[in-house]
Amino acid sequence: MALSILFENGCQHLATEPPVFFTDLNLDQVVDAITAQREEYDLKPYFYTALNTVDSIQYRHEIMQDIEKQDVLDRLKAFSKDMSSVRAHLAQADKLYYSRQKERWMLDAVSIYFNAVQKLSEDLLAADLKSRGLLAFRNFLKEHIESDQFTSFQSEARRLTDALNTIRYCMLINGSSIRISRYENEADYAAEVETTFERFKQGTVKNYMTSFPDYVDMNHVEAGILNVVARLYSDTFSDLSTYCSNLSRYIVETVSVFEHEVQFYIACLDYIAKFRQAELPFCYPQVSSDCKEILCNDGFDAALALKLIEKKLPVVCNSFYLKGRERIFVVTGPNQGGKTTFARTFGQLHYLASIGCPVPGRKAHLFLPDKIFTHFEKKETIHNLRGKLQDDLIRIHDILQQATLDSIVVMNEIFTSTTLKDALFLSKKIMERIISLDLLCICVTFMGELSSLSETTVSMTSMVVPESPSLRTFKVERMPANGLAYALSIAERYQVTYDHLMERIAP
Amino acid sequence: MKVFLMYRDRDFDTQAVMPSNELLLTQDLELKTLFNAMSGGDSTISEVVRKALLMGADSLNTIQYRQNILKDCLKNASVVHSIYDIAVASITARKKHYYGIFTRYPDSVLRNALELMQVLVSLLIELKTIAETHIGAFDSEGFQAFFTMLMDNLSDEYLLGIRNHMEYLRSRKGVLISAGLGTGNKGVRYMLHRFQEEKRIWWKQLWQAIGKCFFIRKQIENIVRISERDESGARVLTELRNKGMNLVADALARSADHILGFLDTLRMETAFYVGCLNLHDLLVEIEEPVCFPLPLSAERRKLQCIELYDVCLSLIMRRKVVGNDLNLEGKDLVIITGANQGGKSTFLRSIGLSRLMMQCGMFVGARYFCSDVCAGVFTHYKREEDTAMNSGKLDEEISRMSDIADDIRPNSVLLFNESFAATNEREGSEIARQITCALMEKRVKVFFVTHQYEFARIFHEKKMDNVVFLRADRRQDGSRSFRLMENPPLETSFGEDLYHSVFTGSLSGKKAGNTTYGSLHP
Repeated sequence: MALSILFENGCQHLATEPPVFFTDLNLDQVVDAITAQREEYDLKPYFYTALNTVDSIQYRHEIMQDIEKQDVLDRLKAFSKDMSSVRAHLAQADKLYYSRQKERWMLDAVSIYFNAVQKLSEDLLAADLKSRGLLAFRNFLKEHIESDQFTSFQSEARRLTDALNTIRYCMLINGSSIRISRYENEADYAAEVETTFERFKQGTVKNYMTSFPDYVDMNHVEAGILNVVARLYSDTFSDLSTYCSNLSRYIVETVSVFEHEVQFYIACLDYIAKFRQAELPFCYPQVSSDCKEILCNDGFDAALALKLIEKKLPVVCNSFYLKGRERIFVVTGPNQGGKTTFARTFGQLHYLASIGCPVPGRKAHLFLPDKIFTHFEKKETIHNLRGKLQDDLIRIHDILQQATLDSIVVMNEIFTSTTLKDALFLSKKIMERIISLDLLCICVTFMGELSSLSETTVSMTSMVVPESPSLRTFKVERMPANGLAYALSIAERYQVTYDHLMERIAP
Repeated sequence: MKVFLMYRDRDFDTQAVMPSNELLLTQDLELKTLFNAMSGGDSTISEVVRKALLMGADSLNTIQYRQNILKDCLKNASVVHSIYDIAVASITARKKHYYGIFTRYPDSVLRNALELMQVLVSLLIELKTIAETHIGAFDSEGFQAFFTMLMDNLSDEYLLGIRNHMEYLRSRKGVLISAGLGTGNKGVRYMLHRFQEEKRIWWKQLWQAIGKCFFIRKQIENIVRISERDESGARVLTELRNKGMNLVADALARSADHILGFLDTLRMETAFYVGCLNLHDLLVEIEEPVCFPLPLSAERRKLQCIELYDVCLSLIMRRKVVGNDLNLEGKDLVIITGANQGGKSTFLRSIGLSRLMMQCGMFVGARYFCSDVCAGVFTHYKREEDTAMNSGKLDEEISRMSDIADDIRPNSVLLFNESFAATNEREGSEIARQITCALMEKRVKVFFVTHQYEFARIFHEKKMDNVVFLRADRRQDGSRSFRLMENPPLETSFGEDLYHSVFTGSLSGKKAGNTTYGSLHP
């Protein structure tokens, strides 16, 4: 089996469809942005497939950290550019009709390939690598390019290319015939004319060269000429034919798998670079499969942040942590205050960590879940309230059925389509189940009561600008869900805080 | 091959960036009148003299170089005119054989280039003939070099070589092209070779026929034939031929452009001298004197002239006008005061014009003229419009002064005409004083026409050696002589005279007391 730089123990089964929560967490946008302009590599399945051990995540982190060094990244990009040129050449060769033309395209493809592989090997040997994956690949490559097969094919390709490049032939066009002969150092007549008039040169003048369309294909006349040229230089051309017919499977699987898989890393790093340019941090999370004490400093929703960066708008980062027995974030606060974004951030971070990617944030300790569940409001259907509530309940029921002790649940605005009393009742019931399962959970709600259900719940509140409560800061902070921050800011403005009143009220 | 009739060692730059004060200078010195007179309706001349005058020559040496060439031109006017006509003919030829953008195909490019080249070569031969015939009548270094260059570069055998190429390109039958192998073994790096068809001699033909019988395979092998019905094949063949012709068509067309470039430079440079000849004719006709000025280094301060007149004024009046005689040495500031319409503006213009004309190598309007050259001529004239908006006007004037300050350098000349008068005399004088003192310290040569007595008085009382006062002269009877004399400023001008002149129609009706008006402040 070929060496893999994505899976240490060989390729695992890849998902072809995105996980169901992708859209809820904006991960579809994230993955679209990462894989944009790399469609030919079909990278999405790698992003759809979460890893299940901390070690396999570590395996990717090591490789990512090696590739992250600018020189290594540049070299790998150059390599994949060469490889796509090889593919383009071969595809072109396939399409062509005349064999002498086909053979030249193949020779070019092979030459590019050999040079690219050799260069890659040299580059990797020069690079300071630490990852298991790249070290193994480097060793493989070194052996490969030192093999007899590789060196003999490569030198023959060089020899043939040189020989073909030095060929020059003459065509005497007279009437409807072309007489072809070897080029015998005939003088360049255009140059002669130019020399004659050299003395009049007054500076630059315009170019009168007609440009001719340059087709890849040959027409029958060109092919006929090429055949004669091939006869005039029969040694070179017969060597070329022999060489091409002996070429088979010269692209080794390990190299092509590598080139494919390395796109995962390049794509991620290119994506992250956009954020770093806007001074938004990405970090390698510390991932654990047993400790649920999570932490994140300055996390953000990558999908939203990218849109804001493009519009040159500021991005608000949020920090959060869970300690000891704490498991559940209950997020409350004014509408449009960044609650949903906060919940998405929480979900995105955990998912991105589970595929071995760096995550949006300055520092992160995250939990490796077996599954992630999301419950986001489905499209409103106002005329069928009863059906919707029912649908909500069924979905939550399903989630709770499938969830294990290692799952993560993200709930956004549950039970908005019923009375407060009902909603509170249902929510409490659901929350009790979640608490008893000891799930990691984030729950966005308008019901502040949920935040004090147990010692495992943590209350987070989206903040407003104190002086002007209608302005959102999009900050979500640990804060009791009693709306005090909001009230305090108004008190401040009307100078009725304690300090103010102490001063204002006369003795 | 270089023309070098404007500079000893470089072409006249028709694309040169004009000084930023071009428009003001043209307006203030009435240069349009001069350009029109010189061009005689020829737009090329008009353009060239405009550039030559405003740019000036780069050194005393170049001024001398052009003066000598111009002297030759005055001696051999008809020869110079015919050289100019030959150069102009090249433009006509170019228009006729213009390579339209739709005819950009090697065959048509080549055909056009051949036709154009034919005309151009015959123009070159005409030039060479002129050179051979008239070289003896020219003394200047410039013309000697130009004629010698033509004779050296257009030798008979060289011209024969050109004809040879053109003959071959016109009559070619077969086309010999070479190529290399490029991407996908397609032909690249096409190159055209000269192919001489062998003369068919009967025994050679026989030999070939025999050869064909024995080595028939070999013969067929290396030939690709396009059958008559193969239309696409024929198209490919044409394209191949075109690819080869492309290079030589390009080379020939570019060569034609180079020759055109040469003739165009010749046209531009002779246009200047033809313009001078035109002006000379006009001035001689009205019996105005002209002279070749004696230019001195820019560091010097000297203005010595006899009958220096305003060329533009005499061109407009179509008669001889009053000139001024001066002999100033070591003066950095010339303050001109005196009667209205006493010839102050005319004098100021003649100063500007004579310097521009001298510095581009022309003759000047004077019987004798000797002066230092300057780094640039600047004008700051009172603008007549918006008299009502005094503050806005002063603002505009000062902003113009600020523009000048951006560009002016030491040893430039700055001509002020009633500047900074848009405010009261005290303020205006103070502004003018501060500006003038700064300019003098920066070694700018200042000519200041002013009515502001206060301003003139300040400098007069300092009794500086490098300041001189000129005054519009006034005869005892009150009429103007339009001549300026070295005289201190007077506290009043002669506006009342003008009033009387306008309102009574004659000076004779004046009251007796007015005649002594000027002597109140000697």
